[in-house]
Amino acid sequence: MQLGRVVGTVVATIKTPGLEGIKLLIVQPLHRDLTEKGRPVVAADGVHMAGPGELVYIVGSREAAQALPEPFVPVDHAIVGIVDAVEELS
Amino acid sequence: MKIGKVVGTVVSTINSEVFDARRLLLCDLLDADQEPTGDYLICVDAVDAGAGETVLILDEGNSARQIVGWETAPIRAVVVGIVDEVHLPS
Repeated sequence: MQLGRVVGTVVATIKTPGLEGIKLLIVQPLHRDLTEKGRPVVAADGVHMAGPGELVYIVGSREAAQALPEPFVPVDHAIVGIVDAVEELS
Repeated sequence: MKIGKVVGTVVSTINSEVFDARRLLLCDLLDADQEPTGDYLICVDAVDAGAGETVLILDEGNSARQIVGWETAPIRAVVVGIVDEVHLPS
């Protein structure tokens, strides 16, 4: 899993079956120091509560599908948690 | 598997169920001669690894689910061991 920030949402009415009712958010992956890492991805919201600007952590590939109530949904990224704090351990 | 170093923790209250009551460790990834690769992973802790420890990270879903005993858990990265020594015959 990696850190990310929700930067937007995607609305798509025509989608493959299984994607209905799934909130699609644009997430900018982040390095550990919260700087931008690579390009934004569209992630399914596995916790149904991630809002714009929030710091989240995301998982990719098959685990993304497992984050949703209905397994084996065709998604490749999913938000699996909202970050309250990242605590550096010295 | 990968070698990493525990550099922080991620605190999260809103997340997928599997993360409830499980510690999330922020680990820098290291290469074989234990230099940081620049990448990192958020891992579920399975061995009570402490700050600054060099750890063994498993980054594969099926094995991760086996460790937590949860067939549909959206997790991949798990700290599965604490590294005492790494030998690299030069």
